[in-house]
Amino acid sequence: MSQLQHKVETTFATIPKKESLWLDAWKRLRRRKLAMLGGGIVLFFIILAVLAPVLTPYPYDGAELSQRFIKPMEEGHWLGTDDLGRDLFTRIVYGAQISLRVGFLAVVGSIIVGTYLGLVAGYYGKWIDMIISRVFDIMLAFPSILLAIAIVTILGRSLTNALIAIAIINVPTYGRLVRSKVLSLKEEEFIMAAKAIGMKNWRIIYHHLLPNSMTPIIVQGTLGIATAIIETAALGFLGLGAVPPTPEWGTMLADSKDYIQLAPWTVIFPGLSIMLVVLGFNLLGDGLRDALDPKMKQ
Amino acid sequence: MFAYTVRRLIMLIPVLIGMSILVFSIIHLIPGDPAKTLLGEKASPEVLEKMREDLGLNDPLLVQYKNYMVNLLQGDLGTSIKTKRSISEEIKPYLAATVELTFFAMLFAVIVGVNAGIIAAWKQNSWFDYIAMLIALIGVSMPVFWLGLMEQYIFAQKLQWLPSIGRDSILNPINSITNFYIIDTVIQGDFDGLKQILKHLILPSIALGTIPMAIIARMTRSSMLEVMKADYIRTARAKGVAQFFLVYKHALKNAFIPVLTVVGLQTGLLLGGAVLTETIFAWPGVGKYLYDAISVRDYPVIQSGILMIATIFVIINLIVDLLYSAIDPRIRYQ
Amino acid sequence: MKKGLSIFLAIIFVLSVALAGCGGGTTDTTTKPSEQASDKPAAEVQKTLVFGRGGDSVSLDPSQVTDGESLNVTKNIFDTLIDYKDGNTEIQPALAETWESSADGLVWTFKLKQGVKFHDGTDFNAEAVVFNFNRWMDPANEYHQGDFPYYGYMFGGYKGDEGHVIKEVVAKDEFTVEIQLNAPQGPFLNNLAMTPFAIASPEAVKKHKDKFGEHPVGTGPFVFVEWLPNDKIVLDKNPNYYKTGFPLLEKIIFKSIPDNSARFTALQSGDIDMMDGVNPDDVTLAEGNENLQVWLRPSMNVGYLAFNTEKAPFDNPKVRQALSMAVNKQGLIDAFYNGLAEPAKNPMPPSLWGYNDSITDYEYNLVKAKELLAEAGFPNGFETDFWYMPVPRPYIPQGKKIAEAMQADFEKIGVKVNLRTEEWATYLDLTGKGEHSMALLGWTGDNGDPDNFIYVLLDKDNAKGPDAGNIAFYKNDALHDILIKAQQSSDEAERTKLYEDAQEIIHNDAPWVPLVHSTPPLVGKKNIKGFNPHPTGSDKFTEVHFE
Repeated sequence: MSQLQHKVETTFATIPKKESLWLDAWKRLRRRKLAMLGGGIVLFFIILAVLAPVLTPYPYDGAELSQRFIKPMEEGHWLGTDDLGRDLFTRIVYGAQISLRVGFLAVVGSIIVGTYLGLVAGYYGKWIDMIISRVFDIMLAFPSILLAIAIVTILGRSLTNALIAIAIINVPTYGRLVRSKVLSLKEEEFIMAAKAIGMKNWRIIYHHLLPNSMTPIIVQGTLGIATAIIETAALGFLGLGAVPPTPEWGTMLADSKDYIQLAPWTVIFPGLSIMLVVLGFNLLGDGLRDALDPKMKQ
Repeated sequence: MFAYTVRRLIMLIPVLIGMSILVFSIIHLIPGDPAKTLLGEKASPEVLEKMREDLGLNDPLLVQYKNYMVNLLQGDLGTSIKTKRSISEEIKPYLAATVELTFFAMLFAVIVGVNAGIIAAWKQNSWFDYIAMLIALIGVSMPVFWLGLMEQYIFAQKLQWLPSIGRDSILNPINSITNFYIIDTVIQGDFDGLKQILKHLILPSIALGTIPMAIIARMTRSSMLEVMKADYIRTARAKGVAQFFLVYKHALKNAFIPVLTVVGLQTGLLLGGAVLTETIFAWPGVGKYLYDAISVRDYPVIQSGILMIATIFVIINLIVDLLYSAIDPRIRYQ
Repeated sequence: MKKGLSIFLAIIFVLSVALAGCGGGTTDTTTKPSEQASDKPAAEVQKTLVFGRGGDSVSLDPSQVTDGESLNVTKNIFDTLIDYKDGNTEIQPALAETWESSADGLVWTFKLKQGVKFHDGTDFNAEAVVFNFNRWMDPANEYHQGDFPYYGYMFGGYKGDEGHVIKEVVAKDEFTVEIQLNAPQGPFLNNLAMTPFAIASPEAVKKHKDKFGEHPVGTGPFVFVEWLPNDKIVLDKNPNYYKTGFPLLEKIIFKSIPDNSARFTALQSGDIDMMDGVNPDDVTLAEGNENLQVWLRPSMNVGYLAFNTEKAPFDNPKVRQALSMAVNKQGLIDAFYNGLAEPAKNPMPPSLWGYNDSITDYEYNLVKAKELLAEAGFPNGFETDFWYMPVPRPYIPQGKKIAEAMQADFEKIGVKVNLRTEEWATYLDLTGKGEHSMALLGWTGDNGDPDNFIYVLLDKDNAKGPDAGNIAFYKNDALHDILIKAQQSSDEAERTKLYEDAQEIIHNDAPWVPLVHSTPPLVGKKNIKGFNPHPTGSDKFTEVHFE
C-alpha cells in the first residue's frame, strides 16, 4: 500500500530479460567489494556450521556444573563457558546451523506461498485478486512481531513453530512483489501472444510468468534471510523459539542476559554472531540488487 | 485529492473488519485459560469455573464476537480481565509512553541519519563516508534486543551514567497530567524532572532508533549523490566551503521524500514492534502491555490493543501516502 | 581548507548526535554521574521505602486473592485476629488478645483488643469480626461478592456445603466473639492467622462493595493511598496504629519491575531500596557490594519433579525410583540456588512439625539407577517429555536451567527427555489436566500445617483434572485414609504420627522427586533494619526502618 513498496515493485518490473543476465550479474556482483565481503561472511558462517563437529571437541548440550562461567581463552575454551558449563564457541557454531537453516527455510516457505498467491492474484485478477490483496493488507497492518508471537503461542513454542510463524508473517512481502510483477508482465506482448494462441493458463504461469518474476524474488529473498534470522532470534529471546538444549542464538542471549554483569561474554558473543551473519546477508542482498538491476548501475 | 482521500478511507473499512475477525480468531485459538492465570497454582476447580462463567468465556464464540463488536461500535473497548479496568482508560498511559519513545527514537534517527547521510555524500569516498556507511550497514543489521542489553551493560551498569530502566525516577516520580512526561514536566516547570525524563529516554531511544537511523542515512546519502550531479551544485561545490550550506539546503529538501517514507513505515513498525525494546528497558509502553496481555490471556486487551495499533498503523500509512501526493502529484495513486 | 572542512563536519556530526541523544535540549550528560544518590540530602534519615517486586497485585481485598503479590501488600494494610510469630508459623495474639476453646474443640471464644480503629475512623469491635466472617462464608450474604477462594479452601467450603467447618460466629459482647464449629479442625488457629483472613472495615465494604479490592480499609500499620496498575502501590503510615510508636516508616511504595535482573540493576543504582525474587547468581554480586545486604526467607516451600503416574512408564514405581536416583540435588542447589536451599527428601519442609527426618533419601547414583531401570524392564531407557515452568518461582527460580541439567543426567541412564514449556497460564492449565509425563512445579505453604502440603499435593481427592493440585495423579487409598484421619484430629501428637507415616508411604511410592526447599533471598540497602522475612512470604513492615 505504501509508495516505497510501490516504487520498488515498479522498478523491478522494468528489468529487461536477457539470456546473459546471470553472467552479467555475476560480473557486476564481483566488482562490488561490499557484496563480496557479505558473501564472504555468509560463506564463513556456512563453513562454521557445516564443520561444527570437526571444529570443536565439546558437545553443545549436556551440563558440566563444575565448569560454569570459565572466561574466554581459559582452560581451552576460546569463548568461555556458559551457566551450565557448556563451551560457548561450540554452541555458537552449532547455533549457526540453526540460524542459517531456519532463516533459509522460513524464506523459502514465504516465497513458495507468497509467489503462488501473487501469481494467482495478479494473473486472474478480479475478486480473487481483491480477496488476496485485502488479506495481505490486513497482515501488513499488523505489527509483525506481535503476529509472530501470537502464532507461536497458538502452535506451541518450538523452533519449527517459530519458523512457521516467520514464514507466515513474511508471505505478503513476496506476494505483493510477484503480483505487481505479474500485473506488468500481463501487458507484455509475449504473454498476450501466448494467450491468443490458446495456451493454457497454468502453462503461461509456469513457463512465462514464474521465471520472469524470479529476479526480484531472489534479491528480496536474500535480504529476507537476514530479517528472518533476526526474527528467529527475537522470538528465541522472548522464550518462544528453540527448546533447550538447542543452541539457538536468541535463546542463548535470553538465557545469559541475567549474567551480563557476572559473565558478559555469554551475552556479547551470541549477539555479535547474529549481527555479523545478518550483516553478511544484507551486504550480499544489496549487492545482488544492484547487480541484477542494471538501472541502478552507476 | 479529496475524492482520493475519501476512497482511501472507505478502503480502510473492510481491512479493519477483516482485522477484527483475524484477531478474534487468533486469540481464541491460543490455548490456556485467563481464569487460571489470574488465580495461579492455588486455584480450586469451583472458583475457576465460576470465574470462567463470569467472564463469559463459556459462551459460544459467535456470541462472544457479536458482544465484542457491538460494544466496540459503541466506542467501548471492553474491560481488562486482569485489572478489571476499562481498556480505553487503561491503555492511555501505555500508548503515551510508546508514542513518546517512538518520537524520540525517530528524532534521533532523523537528525543523525539525515546529517550523516548528507555529509557522507558531500565527502563521498572519504574516511567519514566509509565510517558513516559502515555504521549504517551495521545499524540495519543490528538485533535491537542485543543493542539494548549492551547499552545497559555499558552505560547503566559499568559507567552508571544513565538509568537502565523505566520512564522516570522511582523515588521522585513525575506528577502526570497528560501522560506525556516531557509535556508534563515542562508545563509544571519541573526542570529536574525533565532532566530525569530525558536521561531515561536516551538509551531506549537509541536502541529503537538505530535501524531507522541507518536506513535514513543510506537513503539520504544516495538521494544526495543524485542532487550533487546537478550542475548548479557542481558550480557551488567548486566555490568551496561556504557553499556547503547551499547544498545542505537542497539536500534537505531532497532528502524529505525518502525520510518521509521511512518515518511513515518505521513509525508504524515501532509502535507495535517496540515489544523487545520495551521489555529490556522495562518501558511501560503499549507493545509490552500487549505482550503481557498475551501471556495472561487477557482477551479483551489483546483484541482492542492490537486493533488500536493496527488502526494507527494504517492511518499513518494513509497520511504518508496522502502527503506524497500533495508534495509530488506525479506519484499519485491512479 | 579541506582539513578545516572535515573538522567542521565532524563537529556538526558529533553535535547532532549529542543533540539527538539528549532529546534536543539538555547539555552534556557525562558531568553528573549517579544523580539518584544526590536526590536526597544525606543527613536526613530516609523514611520512604521502595520495595521492588516481580509482579502486580491482583486485588487488595485479602479475602479474594491467593497470590503472594497481593497478600504481601494487604498484610500491611490489615490485621488478622491471630498472627504468626516472627520467622516461624507459631501463633501469637493480634487483634484478638486471648482465646480459649471448649473441651470438645467446637466452641472458640476470642477476647478482642479494645480501642482499635479502622483507617476510615470507624471502630473495630466484635460486630466487625462477625460482619467479616459472614461476608466470607455465606453465599447469601449481600456482600459475598467474589470468590473468597482461601476461605472455601481452608474451611471446607461455604455455609450450606457439606464439610463446612464453621457453624456460626456471634458477638457475645462488644469485644468478645464466639466461633462455633461443626466439627473440630486441627489447624483452626493456624488458619485464622493466615493473611487472607484479615478484618476489613465493614463500613468501607458496604460503601465500595465489589470494588473494595481497589479501596482497601483495615486496621494495619499502613494506610492505602493509591494503586497504579502494573506500576506501583503506595501506602502511608497509619498514625493511629494500635502498636504505639509504630510503624517507623512514613511511606512504602511497592514497585513492579518484572525482570529479575532489571530489578537488581535498579537496586544497585539506588532506584529501589529492597527487592525479592533475586536471581541466585546476583546474590553473589549483592554480597560483594558494601551498600547491600541479603536476607534469607526461612523455607516453607518445596520444589518438585512430578511423574504422571497415570502414564506409562511412570505407572511403574521402579521407574520412578530409578529416576529419583538420577537427580543430583546438591549439584543443582550449588549451581542454581547459589547454595541457598536444602535438598528435599519429603514433600514438606523440615521447618514444619510432623516432618519425618528418619527417611533416607534416594542416593544420587547413576549406576544403580540404570540397574533399577533395567530391572523395571527398560535396560535401554526410554524417551519422554519433561515440562519446566517458564517463570521464576521462589521454590524454583530457574526452571529451565534445572531442567537442562537434569536432562543431561537422565541422558546418562538412557532416558531421553524432551524439554517442553508453555506460558505460565497454559502450563498450569495443561499440567492440571495431566498432559505432561514429567513436570516441574512447587508449592509455598500457607499456614504451616502438614495438611497444607501433603493433602493438597498428593491426596487422591486432588488428583482429578482439569484442575488437579496433585499433578502426579497419584492415588493411594492407604494414604488417603491417613490424611483424612489427620485432618479431623486436633491432637498434635496423633497428627504428627499420622503425617510421618504418610511421608513413609510417599517416599516408597516416589510419585515425585522432591527437589529442594529453598530459602528465597531478598536484597536491600545495608542501612535497612528491623526486617525479618517470614516463611509464609508475606511480611509486615511495622518495625522496618532506615538507619
